[in-house]
Amino acid sequence: MEIIYSILSAFPFEFLHYKFMINALIAVIVITPLFAMLGTMAVNNKMAFFSDALGHSAFTGIAIGILIGLKNPVLSMVAFGILLGLIISRVKYFKTASTDTIISVFSSISVALGIVILSKNGGFSKYSSYLIGDILIVTPKEIVLMLITLAISYLVWFKIYNRLLLISINSSLAASRGINCIFIENIFVILLAVSVMLSVKWIGILTINSFLILPPAAARNIASNSKQYHFYSLIIGLFCGVTGLIISFYADTSAGATIVLTSSFVYFLTLLINQIRKTNTA
Amino acid sequence: MSTNSSTYHNNCGLCRVDIQNLYVKNHNDIIINNINLSLHCGELTAIIGRNGAGKTTLLKAIINERSYSGNIVFKSHDDKIIKKPVIGYVPQQLIFDKSTPISVSNFMLSAKNSRPVWLSTTKNNSNDIKQKLKELECEYLYDRSLGNISGGELQKVLLIMALDPMPDLLILDEPVSGVDAVGLDIFYKKIISIRDKYHIAIVLVSHDLNIIKQYADRAILIDKTVIAQGSVDYVFSSKAFKNSFGLIE
Repeated sequence: MEIIYSILSAFPFEFLHYKFMINALIAVIVITPLFAMLGTMAVNNKMAFFSDALGHSAFTGIAIGILIGLKNPVLSMVAFGILLGLIISRVKYFKTASTDTIISVFSSISVALGIVILSKNGGFSKYSSYLIGDILIVTPKEIVLMLITLAISYLVWFKIYNRLLLISINSSLAASRGINCIFIENIFVILLAVSVMLSVKWIGILTINSFLILPPAAARNIASNSKQYHFYSLIIGLFCGVTGLIISFYADTSAGATIVLTSSFVYFLTLLINQIRKTNTA
Repeated sequence: MSTNSSTYHNNCGLCRVDIQNLYVKNHNDIIINNINLSLHCGELTAIIGRNGAGKTTLLKAIINERSYSGNIVFKSHDDKIIKKPVIGYVPQQLIFDKSTPISVSNFMLSAKNSRPVWLSTTKNNSNDIKQKLKELECEYLYDRSLGNISGGELQKVLLIMALDPMPDLLILDEPVSGVDAVGLDIFYKKIISIRDKYHIAIVLVSHDLNIIKQYADRAILIDKTVIAQGSVDYVFSSKAFKNSFGLIE
């Protein structure tokens, strides 16, 4: 790490003179490709609301961790996130109500339960920092953890992507080719839960879903095949992450929210390109 | 090597599909109530029945998408059980989000091999897909967006995918809805030529009784269970048929 600090601080940019900014920059460079990748499928599968619920459930994850006396609640957050994700995917198949209703029910429970436990004895304000997150507090150790998650996720992604894609287009067609749809979907849910829970502390419960959804949503406006979709999403995610972080440094604003605003700007830009193209071909 | 083994396989490694005591339930509703039937290789079997008779559910049980009780067994000529049969499936209508950024070649390759389609395509793979599209005179579809092609074009793509690798059992679920008469004819002639060339078992669900009369070798009429089966003429003249469809002929 010390080598990276000394190399980067040699650049004539003020924000690179602070260790916490360098940490944050590296964290953004690690997190955004992970989210941009997972997001492509979350958007394909219309899971934007699902991943939102996953982010919100972080409160209950923290609460459970504190109840069972964990020093660092990240383990209970990941465990609860996976559990909730799998339960929602399971209940979805019962078809007792539309998917968004079911997600809403579970989302409400997991937010409320977390707040109830954490606010007991008036201690909630301690945890309110999770709402908007703070990427400037990220430590080198956590970055390494994220890097490992990124590597494993890409490996799994490499293995299951085609099958996930086929399921997202038509699950019967996928089943006919011997694909175990529920198993593959569950792997995706687990990847999503782990990534969200590991990074929610820095990005914030309220803004984490935008990291996942906005880059692929923007990429969809301008991509016409899987390759473009992936690489545009990746580039947009990275670009907005780094740009947003730098802007937040000079504007002295929350990094997470500034990154989201940058992504939103790019989203509308691509929407405009999409509309112009359509009028030209029509 | 792989060509050899697949040729062997297609020269009717499969003899028949036996479906025994099949039940499918949805909570307390019985959707399929004790179906027993066999599908034979080299035959095009048509499954018919009124709406809600369980035709699509039966197909979903065969492809293992619906859980069921009973047996669906794929058997070879020497009566051995084929554990992992190759099934080709052309779905009723491919309902998907048309705004999904996916090209026809992405779609075809994602079903064919495990190399992620967001990476560059190998020459072998792309040539193979192009060749197959060419055989059905739709090479121009290769780079087109899947959401932007017509229903007939999509059916061609789905048929190519269902036949690659050549399946033991080909399942067609109302495969050509919304295609004109000429397109219909081309489609079924292709199916018949595949049946004769590779001797595979084909099962067709269709509402088009004329098509069935013209192309099917056998018909099975179901209404939660099998209520008539045999030659197409026999089933069409049966009492059960008249009860199901009224006196339309």
